[in-house]
Amino acid sequence: MKHRIVTILRIIRTGAINFTRNLSLAAAAMAVMGVTLTIILFSVVAGSAFNHSITQLTNKLNVSVYLSDSVTQPQLDSFLKQLRSQPNVKKATYYSKAQDLAQAKAQNAGNQTLLQGLSETGNVIPAKIQIQPVDPNKIQDIKNFLDKPANLALEDSQTPTSYSGDEKAAIDKIAHATNVIREAGVVAVIVFAMISMLIIFNTIRMAIFNRRDEISIMRLLGASTWFIRGPFVVESVIYGIISALASIALIDVLFAGTANGLQASSLGLLDINYANLFFKSHLWLLLLLQLMIGILIGAVSSVIATRRYLKFKSK
Amino acid sequence: MILLDRVTKIYNRDMAPALDRISLRVEPKEFVIVVGQSGAGKTTLLRLLTREERQTSGKIIVGGVDYDKLQDKNIPLLRRKIGVVFQDFKLLPNRNVFENVAFALEIVGMSRHEIERTVPKVLEIVNLKGKEKNMPLELSGGERQRVAIARAVVRQPKILIADEPTGNLDPKHAWDVIRVLEKINRFGTTVLLTTHNKDIVDKLKRRVVTIQNGKIVRDKANAAYKI
Repeated sequence: MKHRIVTILRIIRTGAINFTRNLSLAAAAMAVMGVTLTIILFSVVAGSAFNHSITQLTNKLNVSVYLSDSVTQPQLDSFLKQLRSQPNVKKATYYSKAQDLAQAKAQNAGNQTLLQGLSETGNVIPAKIQIQPVDPNKIQDIKNFLDKPANLALEDSQTPTSYSGDEKAAIDKIAHATNVIREAGVVAVIVFAMISMLIIFNTIRMAIFNRRDEISIMRLLGASTWFIRGPFVVESVIYGIISALASIALIDVLFAGTANGLQASSLGLLDINYANLFFKSHLWLLLLLQLMIGILIGAVSSVIATRRYLKFKSK
Repeated sequence: MILLDRVTKIYNRDMAPALDRISLRVEPKEFVIVVGQSGAGKTTLLRLLTREERQTSGKIIVGGVDYDKLQDKNIPLLRRKIGVVFQDFKLLPNRNVFENVAFALEIVGMSRHEIERTVPKVLEIVNLKGKEKNMPLELSGGERQRVAIARAVVRQPKILIADEPTGNLDPKHAWDVIRVLEKINRFGTTVLLTTHNKDIVDKLKRRVVTIQNGKIVRDKANAAYKI
């Protein structure tokens, strides 16, 4: 056990020393890996910002059903109760005629003629129930419920129920667009991950080539495969760690910088403030993710690169 | 200690075998000299023993290990039990004398403390005390070879294989190296030495195995150089 620990420490030390000796070669590997990790990180943060924007838009989708003035309190109570027991109803809020009037006045604060009209005619605005669906794609369920004859009788015949139909179609389009962006991001990530693996692969191969005499001597002296391979793997894991830290720093500058520098809080759908907030609040998790990806890319490519050189002759 | 039973090694099917049904038995603590012209198969024989090459047929048993049953992952363990010295020394050029010898111990996971205790003792045996901090390029050929021997024996192997260790050395330095090998043999290590040097073979008066065209043509105790 003690021997094993001594050996592991020695492998790590050798890897670190080799890393400093190999710095010029390592720079290329780290640059590409840094770009890869930055793209990955950007996709994650931007993806969450897109999701956030879409969720916010979707939350604004609701169904408003207007009630007839003749509805009594018991009728209202039982209607609300039934409505809330529907599986697709997240929230159903009742607004009395007075509340609706106040709302209408507030919304049209600048429009004096309309305001005057509203106060002169007495309250013509019906009471309403605003329904927030669980799944905006299944608004039909709610519609079916509302269109039952018993329920229809309670509703104001003058004002049709509003389903925010057009808004939904627009939001769907946006969601589709962000999905396309996200898919493009995944493709870019895969491509760059492969490029960085190839470059690390070559860097390690070059390092092996530089030290091939040393390796053959180690072999003859009975060094185990991992004693030889370990330092190379450690070296490329260091590439991964440095690139991960660099990508975090880069994204931090990018989001924090634009959030401060730009007066606008968002670039179209990309809510910079939210992205910045998300990045800050998930910093440790994102750092961990980046480190894991960086270490994985480094370790896998160096293990593959060293494999061929460490085989024993079996024939 | 070493047992070869009808060992054949063929590198290329179109050419004569490098080793042709060789049988050899070396007892513990023996000092055996293998002689033969270049290309006779001496180096092939040693490379089979260190398992750098695998025999085409026949049986090799060294220190109780049957090479047919040896898995790849256990080859490093085998090599730690066999000390090897090469004609071209194979020292690490960017490490000093002490570090070169210590390297053999680092591989087996020995602690710094133990290494600092063991290495000076071995450097004393090979008469290199005081040269610990020298780099290999600052040493003469004979000194370098003795560093290589120190590295080979520092783990106290049962067998020391020396492949023409004097090949690159002038007579005086060659004898320095041979004296060290004799000393190590007296401590109880089996030594297998290949050489071209007639003077050394004649004066050592040890068992001499002569290989010619991949076959053992003579195996005599207390013998002189004859090809």
